[in-house]
Amino acid sequence: MDLAFSEEQEMLRASARQFVRDRYPPERVAALADSSGFDRSEWRTLAEMGWTGISVPEADGGAGLSFFEEMILAEELGRGLYPGPFFASVVLALPLLRVAGGDDMVAGLVAGERVATLAWAGPEGAFDVDPAPKVSWEEDRLTGVKLFVPDLAAADLVVGLGGLPEGTGVWAVDRDADGVAWRELPTVDATRRMGEVALDGAAARLLGTIGPGELAKVRDRALAALAAEAVGVGHAALDMGVAHAGTRVQFGRPIGAFQAVSHQLAQAFLEIETARSLAYWAGWAVAEDQPEASTAAAAAKARAADASVAACERAIQVHGGTGFTWEHPLHRLYKRALGISALFGWGAEHRSRIAAAILDSSGAP
Amino acid sequence: MDFRDTQEEAAFRSKLRGWLAANLPDGWDATEWREPEGEARVAFYKEWSRKLYEAGYIGLHWPRAYGGGDAPITLSAIVLEELARSEAPEHIGLIGIGMAGPTIMAHGTDEQKDRFLANILSGEEVWCQGFSEPEAGSDLASLQTKAVPDGDGFRVTGQKVWSSFAHIADWCILVARTDGSGGKHEGLTYFLMDMHAPGVEVRPLRQITGDAEFNEIFMDDVFVPRDRVVGEVGKGWQVAITTLMNERANVGFALLARLDANVRRLIALAKGTPRNGAMAADDPLVRDRLADLWTDVQAFRFTIYRSFSALLKTGVPGPEGSVAKLFWSETNQRLAKTALEIEGAYAMLGAGSDRAVEGGRWQTAQLRSRGNTIEAGTSEILRNIIAERIRGLAKSR
Repeated sequence: MDLAFSEEQEMLRASARQFVRDRYPPERVAALADSSGFDRSEWRTLAEMGWTGISVPEADGGAGLSFFEEMILAEELGRGLYPGPFFASVVLALPLLRVAGGDDMVAGLVAGERVATLAWAGPEGAFDVDPAPKVSWEEDRLTGVKLFVPDLAAADLVVGLGGLPEGTGVWAVDRDADGVAWRELPTVDATRRMGEVALDGAAARLLGTIGPGELAKVRDRALAALAAEAVGVGHAALDMGVAHAGTRVQFGRPIGAFQAVSHQLAQAFLEIETARSLAYWAGWAVAEDQPEASTAAAAAKARAADASVAACERAIQVHGGTGFTWEHPLHRLYKRALGISALFGWGAEHRSRIAAAILDSSGAP
Repeated sequence: MDFRDTQEEAAFRSKLRGWLAANLPDGWDATEWREPEGEARVAFYKEWSRKLYEAGYIGLHWPRAYGGGDAPITLSAIVLEELARSEAPEHIGLIGIGMAGPTIMAHGTDEQKDRFLANILSGEEVWCQGFSEPEAGSDLASLQTKAVPDGDGFRVTGQKVWSSFAHIADWCILVARTDGSGGKHEGLTYFLMDMHAPGVEVRPLRQITGDAEFNEIFMDDVFVPRDRVVGEVGKGWQVAITTLMNERANVGFALLARLDANVRRLIALAKGTPRNGAMAADDPLVRDRLADLWTDVQAFRFTIYRSFSALLKTGVPGPEGSVAKLFWSETNQRLAKTALEIEGAYAMLGAGSDRAVEGGRWQTAQLRSRGNTIEAGTSEILRNIIAERIRGLAKSR
């Protein structure tokens, strides 16, 4: 057993942290969030770092690293509230394209020339695996409504999925093709906006059909990456809370000297660190395709999202009125944490799957 | 990063499991198992401790010169984990192995190392801890037990409390005040006190469960020779910190395995308890709680592992370690409480009732768990430590 990061992993983390700090300081994130959102032209810089295909094999133009390195990026990008389509394109769309036979589209995405996103949930808002939300596919035309499509405005390619009698179909659809009506929804978290795609006999290319096991693996990647992101967000909020508690003076002392304040932050630290442990476990289990990957990813997502939301809430409380203002960056962290909680299922949904794994099977969990 | 045992670790673990299966005392862990009482109880634990030691499973990472095995600390962690997993009886020298031994190794004289260390591992000599006092709990440094120079040693007078094993101990790691003129952290001295010396009196304290795990120690003019001082006279606080760091450092693996065993028992309880025409394990609210507790246990597991990996890599415990005890204690309390809720009305019956579920195991476990957030640093003190040391907040005192 060795749970230490390698030197290369530490370097990757450091360069990701540096990148976000330099290019996306809080005031820049605020400006983007309050205006049109992410600027597509900046996506290339991520490709130059090799991050747009971090876990894609070198033979296919990627960086050839594992999903664990992808998790490290997700955590650091989350920590800095990076507003680009990393989750949509790298975490969600790429692995689905690779498993469903869309390999010809991988190179363009990895090179940063194009951006993809994944249209999974239907109007019910569920990211179901078995069966996937229904669509209609007739005479090479795709019809259905897809909601909660992340970073749709920044994407050119929409990877759509939907339940067919023979399995889950995976389609490639140009966002601006005939028969596609799309719009951005006013999402509470303006640093990752969700879109709606209405397909009405849209021209689409069926890449192939996949089974529930393969789709579950994409979901597990998403859950693990969201867990890592949540840890990054929570950590950033905690750092702000600690910095404020150390400098804000009331009753003649920094407020961090009061245990009613400092214990809130200590509790946030405990929750973030234990959630971080789960996130790394899930990341490793997914990367290594371990049997416990699904349960680990469920546990990590449920716990990290809760820890992140709680850390933001505690940080807001510690900041007093300032933490409640639009001016202060905390509300954007908080909204991201809430967004992570709502995306791919709240905690109870994941605990329900964990319960099935530990209670309904005869084998040891 | 790899969450699996290495080949060597896996081989060692499987050998140890085999040994435990063959050597656990007959009838151990059966519900009707009753520990021997009084002298027989001490003899039982001493014999088991010697057996473990002779099989080579105790003090593996200690130097060979002091009875250890010069092995990587990972193997010691595996031993702790497997002993707890099999719910084996505990080694009688918990205080010696976990606290007195590491402190003597770090600060003791060569004579003290030769005299004490090997006997700790074999269970030959039992140790207890004399730190807390009635007026010095969380504020340990304010302790008032006095040690006055007398010839070639000191005369100790005072009272210690919450001392596990004191009623059967041969030796005590004792902190007493040798100089009251300076600040409270100055003038303290760390002693190794013979529990059989004249003037030492031990009174058991009965606790919330009805058991008497710990004791009060009364010292009336007890002579402690000069060569039983650890470190320098007046510099005992620094030595005591070593003991306290060790108290919280290595127990993680044992706590983890015990928690793991408990969550498995809890799952079995839920599956076997009828409720509303089905089983408790079918109730959505119970399922949510169990999944959450299971998640807690995994979070604790990988936090311990991360902390341990940081220790192996850097030589210093990572920040994860200081949250571990705090997190564990609260998880253990929730777990035990959940068991009572699953039992329903049967939660009223404890050990001694033939109607009690599992012989009253959960009633005792739940009451005992209230001590978890108090012993070895209260949750409040641990949150202070996290806030002050790790996050660099201004001191609250």
